[in-house]
Amino acid sequence: MEETKNEKTLLGFWIYLMTDLTMFAGLFAAYAVLRTNTFGGPPMRDIVNLPFVLIETLVLLLSSFTSGIAVLSATLGRIKSMVLMLCLTFLLGASFLGMELYEFHNLFIEGNTFQRSGFLSSYFGLVGTHGLHIFAGLIWLMILLVFVARKGLTKGMVRKLTLFGIFWHFLDIVWIFIFTFVYLMGAAL
Amino acid sequence: MDIYLYLCLFDGGSIMKEYYKQIAFYSVGLLSAAILTLVAYILTQIHVNSYHEVIPHAVLIPSVLILAFLQMCVQLVFFLHITNKSSRWNVVFFLMTFGGVLVIIIASVWIMYHLNYNMTPVQINQYIQDQSGL
Repeated sequence: MEETKNEKTLLGFWIYLMTDLTMFAGLFAAYAVLRTNTFGGPPMRDIVNLPFVLIETLVLLLSSFTSGIAVLSATLGRIKSMVLMLCLTFLLGASFLGMELYEFHNLFIEGNTFQRSGFLSSYFGLVGTHGLHIFAGLIWLMILLVFVARKGLTKGMVRKLTLFGIFWHFLDIVWIFIFTFVYLMGAAL
Repeated sequence: MDIYLYLCLFDGGSIMKEYYKQIAFYSVGLLSAAILTLVAYILTQIHVNSYHEVIPHAVLIPSVLILAFLQMCVQLVFFLHITNKSSRWNVVFFLMTFGGVLVIIIASVWIMYHLNYNMTPVQINQYIQDQSGL
């Protein structure tokens, strides 16, 4: 019974993630189309800071890894290592979001806002939507930590943590494509 | 996988064994993902720093796309456990959506490129001039 419920929940959540992926596809398509429409503003190769973005990428990758270990510890009932890994995931995710906001801030003070050109609108649309997902994930993670502290590690909690883990891995996969399409190819083209 | 792990809960020794086995599994995923990211980054840096001479566009763009695709596969297998043993419906939904994503992106670029090509005023003016010999 519990097992069937788990599988149903996981499949339902997976279908939600796939619709989310379709939304990201629209944003990627908008970016690919508007990439060259800079309207006299800077193109990607002038505003990109590749080493900075590489560190951002590795930070998110590491947080994806720690969230995976946290879910693993939860399934095996190892509460201490689970809490440690969840806190690490939170810190790494928050640093990623901080780095992204710092990048946005730098663009804003140079006047490169989303109103500057079609390219920048699609850039902020795509990267900002991913950032919003990360933000939502961080809030979700905080709520999960409070729940664990109050109720302990029940089977329902393990299921909730598994969903969070899947969400976080999914965001990392989306980020690989942002890193490749927006930053690497933006610096090259 | 979960049933197996719950069964392990009755035996302390095999929990630790399973724990370290899984951590090793995740670490392989982390390491290969990091290497794929670094390779794509270094290729792009060489391309940019050599002013597109050492690695031309025609080589770089397909390589970084293939590296991204490989890294997606690595993360799907090592982090999300999407393998032939996992739920069939998860894989079906993923493949369907991935196909849809490819259609949305490639078709948009294709259509818009041809719209640009066929409808840019400068090009139309040039075309009219060429045709009418003005």
